[in-house]
Amino acid sequence: MIKRAIILYLSLFVLIIIVGLFMGAPFTVRLCVEAAAYSLIALGLNIQWGYGGLFNFGIMGFIMIGGFAVTFISVPLNMEFWNSDGPFMLLKVIIAALIGAALIIIANKLPRFGVKGAPHKVAQIIAWISAYILYRSQIDPAAAYIEENSEFVGGLGLPVILGWAFGGLLAAIIAFIIGKIALGLRTDYLAIATIGISEIIRALIKNMDWLTRGTLTISPVPWPVPKPQDFQAMGVDSLQSFLYARSLYLIVALLLLFITLFLIQRAYQGPWGRMMRAIRDNHIAAGSMGKDVKARQLEIFIFGSVLIGIGGAILTSFAQIFDPGGYQPINHTFVIWVMVIVGGAGNNFGALFGGFFIYIIWILSEPVSQALLTNLSAYFELWGLGAIPDIESRSVQMRVFVLGLVITFALRYAPKGLIPEIIHKQKGDSSGKG
Amino acid sequence: MNELIFFINKVIISGAVLGSIYALGAIGITLIFGILRFAHFAHGDMMTMGAFITFLLASAATALGLGAPLPMGFMLLPFAMIITALIALGLDKAFYAPLRLRGARPVTLLIASIGVTLMIQGLIRLFFGTKTRTFFANEPKDIFRIDMSFLGASRPIVITEPQFLMIIVTIIAVVSLHLFLTKSKFGKAMRAMADNADLAQLSGINTKLVIKVTWLIAGSLAAMAGTMLALDVTLKPDLAFNIILPIFAAAIVGGLGHAWGAIAGGFLVAFAETLAIFNWAILLRPFRDKLPDWIGTDLSIVATEYKLTVAFIILVIVLLVKPTGIFKGASS
Repeated sequence: MIKRAIILYLSLFVLIIIVGLFMGAPFTVRLCVEAAAYSLIALGLNIQWGYGGLFNFGIMGFIMIGGFAVTFISVPLNMEFWNSDGPFMLLKVIIAALIGAALIIIANKLPRFGVKGAPHKVAQIIAWISAYILYRSQIDPAAAYIEENSEFVGGLGLPVILGWAFGGLLAAIIAFIIGKIALGLRTDYLAIATIGISEIIRALIKNMDWLTRGTLTISPVPWPVPKPQDFQAMGVDSLQSFLYARSLYLIVALLLLFITLFLIQRAYQGPWGRMMRAIRDNHIAAGSMGKDVKARQLEIFIFGSVLIGIGGAILTSFAQIFDPGGYQPINHTFVIWVMVIVGGAGNNFGALFGGFFIYIIWILSEPVSQALLTNLSAYFELWGLGAIPDIESRSVQMRVFVLGLVITFALRYAPKGLIPEIIHKQKGDSSGKG
Repeated sequence: MNELIFFINKVIISGAVLGSIYALGAIGITLIFGILRFAHFAHGDMMTMGAFITFLLASAATALGLGAPLPMGFMLLPFAMIITALIALGLDKAFYAPLRLRGARPVTLLIASIGVTLMIQGLIRLFFGTKTRTFFANEPKDIFRIDMSFLGASRPIVITEPQFLMIIVTIIAVVSLHLFLTKSKFGKAMRAMADNADLAQLSGINTKLVIKVTWLIAGSLAAMAGTMLALDVTLKPDLAFNIILPIFAAAIVGGLGHAWGAIAGGFLVAFAETLAIFNWAILLRPFRDKLPDWIGTDLSIVATEYKLTVAFIILVIVLLVKPTGIFKGASS
């Protein structure tokens, strides 16, 4: 199995070299940076699905949260906002939200004071409704005021790396809330619930113009390393400057990826990993052995989401633009699933391989199918059928089909992935530690 | 009175139209879940595919110079339903049946259905491009205006011809499905299998045939729902991909595996959506002078942009409070 992994990684390396020869070095380095970010996200999903058996279909939401977090932290301050009444109004919004939260908590705790049954339910509903009205009564004027006077709240102007960390933190907080609500659900319910929650996150980020500028997009988002423009200012020519800047970015991203890989591989091999696999394979048995299944699943859901959030942050700062309209379930949820399934769920090296390999296929199916269609179109003309119209827009769509084909084939012929999880069989005495 | 007419137009009629579409989609999902025990994500794209097949047939018929008293899309709907049902059967044979034979877990089938979604969507975009189309390029979209002046209203109740036909067709489909499930031998076999597949097989029910019929019904209903959606709004490749989530919400709210639950869930979700985005201040307009100022002019529960989130909030609440749905769903 290790031999197979080495061969696969070597062929991946050769594939990247071939792409480099055909498409040029700056393109290939860009591809690698994005593939590294996607691999980090795939590792996050591998923790959730491969280690813990949790069905997270809301990856897009966490990627968006990461993207928003890094934008908010690293974009320069918007002085127009800070000099207006905006901050004061937002403070009132926060106070209203806190009062609302307090109301809900009090309503939830009512049984302690002897209010039970129907009155308790009614109190809970009233608390939720009044909290919502209270919040809306403050947020609506505040949002309108900020949008009118200063467009949006701007960023904090802090270092990008801090933004990546904040992406992970914010994703963790959201994952905690979602996990509390949804993790008790059965697999398919969990899938639909997480998809739904990620759509809610998307709707919020897309429409909270005062916070994210919505479809107007925020750019430029800074880089953690010098940008190509900085190199150009130093007198490097245009093509080289892109290569240098992107290579630096790639080094940072790969460093992060390998540190993560090292850490989660250690965790996988340790007692914690064994416990997680035990819960995944039979949570009833694990529960009867004294493991707190619910808390552990929540833990793993949060860990995975942190990686997804950081990956999303890396993607956004690399693209230099935060565009809430650019997030699609196909590009940001399903493609990650394909990476993990094709690579090998439960095996970090598999997920890493899947991340790079599928991303390359995903990106390259466009130029390849364009070339194919152009050739085919030439034949069509030769046969008197007329040329194929809109080749460019059609070949962009080809990758969706290719992705579907890849995953159905993988499920049928290699259901455990290209680099499957290694299952250690213990002989006779299985009273190991952990 | 005008305010009430506005309410009927904005909430009752759009809710009924949306509810019909959700219900037809949710029945398919719920049947597949009941029989095959997996959440079929490709259902939305089967709807889109059905709509495109109807569109192709309608374009061909128009090109041949055929005229019709009703919108062409409705006239050709039965043929599109048959074609889509056969394609659904083919999809099952090609992608789901091999996995079932291997004894794969429902989760694997769910992921396979996402692969199928991507393939259908890719093919539709490849052949038709991403542009938006309409069924009414060559024929007018009739609009019925029901005059309400005898009640003192100056505005009429407005309903378009496709919307009206849609509600009628949904009622016919639902009633015939009900008769099929409760009266026919086959429908009873389906319900038996949804209840307990092993027991059904032991009692001599041909489970393979039941699975085939399930796909045929689900496929034809999907074509119906997709075509109606395309007739009501416009036809585009991501037509139903965007509403697959409310449809799932409807199926779960009604209790997965429960056909009547899916219908109830569909209308519940649809009316919740239209009620939530309705601006209630309009109903208060006649009493405007007597009301205090702090009641604003926009009293919608959520802004229109958040319409889709309403379905999920209902879904989450139902999952938390009554996880089996309002009717008892299939247990698995």
